[in-house]
Amino acid sequence: MPTPLVVSDVAKSFTMHLQGGIALPVVKDVSFALKAGECAVLGGPSGAGKSSVLKMLYGNYAVDTGQIIVDHKGELIDMAGASPRTILAIRRDTIGYVSQFLRTVPRVSALDVVAEPLVALGRNRDDARDKARTLLSRLNLPERLWSLPPATFSGGEQQRVNIARGFITGHPVLLLDEPTASLDAKNRAVVVDMIAQKKAAGVALLGIFHDQDVRDVVADRMIDVTRFAPERAAA
Amino acid sequence: MSITEDDIPLLRVSSLSKSYGARVGCQDVSFELWPGEVLAVVGESGSGKTTLLNCLSTRLMPTSGTVSYRMRDGDWRDLYRMSEAERRFLMRTDWGFVHQNPADGLRMTVSAGANVGERLMAVGDRHYGRIRETATDWLGRVEIAEDRVDDEPRAFSGGMRQRLQIARNLVTAPRLVFMDEPTGGLDVSVQARLLDLLRGLVTDLGLAAIVVTHDLAVARLLSHRIMVMKEGHVVEAGLTDRVLDDPHAPYTQLLVSSILQV
Amino acid sequence: MNAPVESIATYNFAYLDEQTKRMIRRAILKAIAIPGYQVPFASREMPMPYGWGTGGVQVTASIIGPDDVLKVIDQGADDTTNAVSIRAFFQKVANVAVTTQTPKATIIQTRHRIPEHPLAEGQTLVYQVPIPEPLRFLEPRETETRLMHALEEYGLMHVKLYEDIATNGHIATTYAYPVKVKGRYVMDPSPTPKFDNPKMHMSPALQLFGAGREKRIYAVPPYTDVISLDFEDHPFEVQAFDKPCALCGAENVYLDEVVLDDRGGRMFVCSDTDFCERRREAGHGGEMGAPVEGEIG
Repeated sequence: MPTPLVVSDVAKSFTMHLQGGIALPVVKDVSFALKAGECAVLGGPSGAGKSSVLKMLYGNYAVDTGQIIVDHKGELIDMAGASPRTILAIRRDTIGYVSQFLRTVPRVSALDVVAEPLVALGRNRDDARDKARTLLSRLNLPERLWSLPPATFSGGEQQRVNIARGFITGHPVLLLDEPTASLDAKNRAVVVDMIAQKKAAGVALLGIFHDQDVRDVVADRMIDVTRFAPERAAA
Repeated sequence: MSITEDDIPLLRVSSLSKSYGARVGCQDVSFELWPGEVLAVVGESGSGKTTLLNCLSTRLMPTSGTVSYRMRDGDWRDLYRMSEAERRFLMRTDWGFVHQNPADGLRMTVSAGANVGERLMAVGDRHYGRIRETATDWLGRVEIAEDRVDDEPRAFSGGMRQRLQIARNLVTAPRLVFMDEPTGGLDVSVQARLLDLLRGLVTDLGLAAIVVTHDLAVARLLSHRIMVMKEGHVVEAGLTDRVLDDPHAPYTQLLVSSILQV
Repeated sequence: MNAPVESIATYNFAYLDEQTKRMIRRAILKAIAIPGYQVPFASREMPMPYGWGTGGVQVTASIIGPDDVLKVIDQGADDTTNAVSIRAFFQKVANVAVTTQTPKATIIQTRHRIPEHPLAEGQTLVYQVPIPEPLRFLEPRETETRLMHALEEYGLMHVKLYEDIATNGHIATTYAYPVKVKGRYVMDPSPTPKFDNPKMHMSPALQLFGAGREKRIYAVPPYTDVISLDFEDHPFEVQAFDKPCALCGAENVYLDEVVLDDRGGRMFVCSDTDFCERRREAGHGGEMGAPVEGEIG
């Protein structure tokens, strides 16, 4: 089974210069690997650093030490030291991300927000929109919303746009930050189904799920983030 | 974003400094810019970001350092060693410059069509019908009604003027555009429209851009990378998401924490 | 017509002192060497107001010799105020022979016209220029326009023509129509009607331009390309007139409209008065004028 993502000995802390330069350790000794076709779930209480780990894997947070090795188009790249351009290329081709909140762009329709990652990969815009339509309708987003910018959508509607956007491509690694948080049971089931399909397609998924039943259904493996707590590591 | 890793940079800046006598404009700035990449230069007034932009765009001679540009034929040229004729040719063909105040970048007393067509005429286009057709097409792309083609920008709103300025710059399909606070003087709703338009054009045309702004939201929306400047120095640089989500430098943390939340 | 000789003693020949003439001649030589390029010169105060042809007068004063024959026209006419006073000026300060006949003149100072009679080798046409900078109206900064000339950046000139077509459906510029000289400098031909532009092209005569207020001299040497700017789909055209001259019947000449009464009566006659008179002397007539006997002027 290929291992598209390997995290080893990663540590992360924040230095709060506005609070007299105090250092806030977040995680330490983070080591795990993601296998193709499995869905790993980050577990642990709030504040344990689950989101921080995801953000490091996506390049939003820098890491202090350690390596995040990703198989990017057959080449093993350490994201910890990669240039911004490399991170962008990895995001485009290799690592997808469904964030908790949708960062809306003024005036761009929900359909185009969803289609964009495919267009960025060089796909024909009409094809990309077709695929976006399929996903949005699968996620039960009312068709009248498709041509509207998602800024005014409800939390659940934005969430579904976000999910469709993350799932539209065939990225080998997919990070999910509470994708089902604001969804009703019907749509949660759709997402669970979509995750299963990704797994079957050989995608390596890593997620945070607050929702116990979703977690139980999708998780192949639990990565307990409390293992990486700096205090514990120091002890 | 059509970025491929094996691309060669478009612009190489090394150890660029500009001082005004004893005062530092910008100090020891180095970076590379790749085709299709948008770099935001952020910082407060007086941080040296506009000095840097003016040096990069050869509107100002730096005190030291070099800036090389990869010409369309693939040749690397040192911008400050080019003849003025070559530099000006570059500026009106392969480059664009979007000023904060559109009146600085437009000819206010000639029609919108002529404003857009000027660069075409400057490079030798001598067919009125074609020039006008291209100008009209560009007005459409920046969402200005075609029937305004013969109106002077004096009759346009601030947002329309800014969009006209953008069309005027992009008509020759430049590869690099400099923008100085492109949304600076505009109402928030007008800003949003312009940003969205710019974002679309930059993506569709594969433009590289250097955008000077004090507005982190503009930087987040438009740029791939950010350079934070303070007192003439680059205090932090990196992927836009990283710099804004995980700012390291004290000054960047101050900037990020100073954003008003709506 | 000649002025009394005794008054010449008060002035140096042709009014200007010799050092000034040498300075202006150097400017003229430079202008001839770089066709169409505006050469700065130290324009002098002349005993007439700016706008009355001080630039042309200084050029004429610097090149005129005792053997020259001078013709002065204003809008094609030899007998309007400006022409009469400049002619009288040179009679007074240089005691030169004057004429109204184009072929007999060695120097023709002109405001706003080129004579209809073709110029010949050895003749010099001196233009009075109010605004020498063709780019001025679109780019007011002199530092910038000089740079544009230096770098041959003339796109802006076409912007002006573009505006013309956008506004009027055709190039509506009818005078001071920009030309490119010897494939290099764009030049303002002074406010001559564009009808005269083709006469500048490959002219056997030397053409000198003097702008007194703006302190610029420029030149078109004999047999030099002078091309009017245009668009491929809106080519340069000269004005055409429906009818021939009402007095002499001449066609393909530049006509002035003359209002005859307050009931809408009007006639179109040659702007070049001398040309018109010579034709009538030669037996030509138009619908309102018969041929004339004997010599006029």
